[in-house]
Amino acid sequence: MLDFPRWKQIWFWFLTLAAGAAALPSLFELGNARWPAMLPNPVIHLGLDLAGGSHILLEADPSQVTRQRLDTMEESVRSKVRLANPVIRIGDISSRDGKLTFMLDDPTKVDAVRELLLPLTSGVGLTGQRDWDIQVVDGSRFVMTPTKEGIDLAVTQAMDTATEVVRKRIDSLGTREPTIIRQGADRIVVQVPGLKDPSALKSLLGQTAKLEFRLVDTTASPTDIAQGIAPPGSQIVPYANPTKSGVAAIAVKRLGGIKGDQLTNAQQTNDQRNNEPVVSITFDQQGGAKFAKLTTENVNRPFAIILDGKVLSAPNINEPIIGGSAQISGGFTVESANQLAISLRSGALPVDLKVVEERSVGPDLGADSIKKGMIAMLVGTIALMTFILVTYGRFGVYACIALVFNVMMILGIMAMFGTTLTLPGIAGFVLTIGAAVDANVLIYERIREERARGRRVMQAVEMGYKEASRAIFDANITNVIAAVLMFLFGTGPIKGFAVVLVIGIATSVFTAVSLTRMWVVNWLRKARPADLVI
Amino acid sequence: MKLLKLVPDNTNIHFLKWRIPFYVISLVLMAASWGLVLTKGLNLGVDFIGGQMIRVTFERSAAAPVAVLRNEVGALGFGEPVIQQFGRPNQISIRMKLPHGSEGNAGLADAMTRKITTEIKARHADARVDGVDSVSGKVSKELGWTAFQALGFAALAIAAYIWVRFEWQFGIGALLSLVHDVSLTLGMFALTQLEFDLSIVASLLTLMGYSLNDTIVVYDRIRENLKKFRRMPIPELLDLSVNETLSRTIVTSLSMLITLVALLLLGPKVIFGFTAAITLGIFVGTYSSIYMAAPILIWLKVTSGSFVPTESEMDRQERLARERS
Repeated sequence: MLDFPRWKQIWFWFLTLAAGAAALPSLFELGNARWPAMLPNPVIHLGLDLAGGSHILLEADPSQVTRQRLDTMEESVRSKVRLANPVIRIGDISSRDGKLTFMLDDPTKVDAVRELLLPLTSGVGLTGQRDWDIQVVDGSRFVMTPTKEGIDLAVTQAMDTATEVVRKRIDSLGTREPTIIRQGADRIVVQVPGLKDPSALKSLLGQTAKLEFRLVDTTASPTDIAQGIAPPGSQIVPYANPTKSGVAAIAVKRLGGIKGDQLTNAQQTNDQRNNEPVVSITFDQQGGAKFAKLTTENVNRPFAIILDGKVLSAPNINEPIIGGSAQISGGFTVESANQLAISLRSGALPVDLKVVEERSVGPDLGADSIKKGMIAMLVGTIALMTFILVTYGRFGVYACIALVFNVMMILGIMAMFGTTLTLPGIAGFVLTIGAAVDANVLIYERIREERARGRRVMQAVEMGYKEASRAIFDANITNVIAAVLMFLFGTGPIKGFAVVLVIGIATSVFTAVSLTRMWVVNWLRKARPADLVI
Repeated sequence: MKLLKLVPDNTNIHFLKWRIPFYVISLVLMAASWGLVLTKGLNLGVDFIGGQMIRVTFERSAAAPVAVLRNEVGALGFGEPVIQQFGRPNQISIRMKLPHGSEGNAGLADAMTRKITTEIKARHADARVDGVDSVSGKVSKELGWTAFQALGFAALAIAAYIWVRFEWQFGIGALLSLVHDVSLTLGMFALTQLEFDLSIVASLLTLMGYSLNDTIVVYDRIRENLKKFRRMPIPELLDLSVNETLSRTIVTSLSMLITLVALLLLGPKVIFGFTAAITLGIFVGTYSSIYMAAPILIWLKVTSGSFVPTESEMDRQERLARERS
């Protein structure tokens, strides 16, 4: 017990001071003082609930991905079969219940068609994974079912792209340090600190920005459209702004349109004729060629500009547009035109994203919380220290110094690991301070007991530390269990609380047991007291 | 210098003499808590029932005009708002159900927030919107289930740990006092109708850990004494253990309470419920370590034999060798 080698003492002091020193930049910042720029400055990050900002949880609907894949497969099957030689005729093609089915006119061609479709069914890469299963029922009906692996992969890819698109859109807002993380199979967490108005962000993320140009089916009668009946090969698409256009919906042709995803630029500008805000888009080479072809072949016919399944406008093609750029009008405000431009620049989302959870905190509330938390901590600590001093005298002094080091170490370790301090985390801090002295109390009470039983000073101290450490260990393990579960199951602020608890438990065992033991031993060795006041 | 001694040396209070009446009281309190939770219900926040909560501070008013606001927000046609003060009288939270159809169209919820906040700002110049929480029905169900899982796993993991470190009787005792502490805290939330949100679940987890500290200290002493005093009747031994650790129990609980009360009175009001739960938990935990965790050991028939290591083969041979020589 009295054997406390020098290297161990140096090591203890090193640990304490190193961790404590790491806390200094954070304390400087808190006191609005300047930390010398040439020194490293690890600082504790403040959570959104303290710094202000928005936490948004976005969710995608995976069935949408499946739906899109069916549509794409339908087109692929059609074009494959169309190009086949000798001619193969298929009909009754439908994609319902997550399956693609079609009939073969000539049942003898089953094997030929199967051979034709096989390349379409294998997955990307060399894994040998199959994305689609092909079955033939009743001799001539093909049933193509997407495999689970194929769907999962497609959803993962769609979510990866979506995350990337979300990142681009948020970056365009110019906010500092946004966090964008995929969560689970179909969710994305977005955290943007210091945002004044989250509604702009939300509408930006809520826009899928899928732009299409499709030909208007002029053969459809208005009464049919009103009843939702589309001519064969066409579909009804509603107007985004029916009051302005005068009609609720129009019929557009399903095939032969182009997608507006091959863009190099999109910008909010003003229409030169009526000064209305519009979005100017510039196609890339491939997209420009397609657009030129579409407009050349359909001069004097109307085409619809469709955004996210709603018609923005349906102008007449007066002349071929071959310059590779176009203007989209649709009753925009400057703000909404700007937003659409950003969305188009960052690309369309492969799936719709929906805000399922949002937490926004204004910056004032956070600043208020920090101030109050600091005051509570200071008052609590001083009251606690007074109590411990009058209860344990000299030993109380050791406990109090250990407490100060403990606070410094927690702050320092949090800064070094770049952890985030949240509002519940402040409570965790205060709680840790209260709980940290428990170890000292256990030890000191045990020393008291051992002295009362007649042990000599040295022995009593030794027994005190030895016998108490068992209970200290067990008690702290149960706290760690609770904190770990909190970390595993909790969300942002609660995770922050759990982190403070775990760090606090570790440091308080070190400061309250190891450090005080070192000081007590040093004192005993020097003073050799005959009795203890404890 | 004379030091403060809250508990005199060598106390000999017969705590366990009253174990049956106290057990009855504890069980009644637990039943009452659950009765309150079931009849009065918890004031569940948007975390668990979904919906929207807007926090507003009226910076230049002494108190928030709650009745006026209720009319103003109610007149917007989104349904009746639940308006509550939290912390200072000029801080309120307005809770709304999410508008119909917002599961499919997230823009509806957003439009509602904007309408409410613009309305309030237009009518009250000093209103400051401090934050908006919006949780969809699906997410709130998940959060509720996760919270339930976390609490269950924590209780079982802690009990299992105690079982491994001590004996199965101690594990059951720990589990029982955990259930007791959590139940009473839930009862308090049902009684006071303080808002029950995710952070309260975190505080329940915390108080599980900390309220068990006392139990572990008492158990540790019981284990030690069981080995030391092999012939002492169990109730007497439990009394001795509780008395020996009494001073520590009081000093520790006091030091925890000192800091927690400071946080409760001076700390950020947003986490008032959170702190209140932990404070109550510490208090109840101290009681339950004496009157829930210890007496159960009598009924579960802990004996001094529980901790005598069974003789290993090596020990047996050594003993035989000794006897022969």
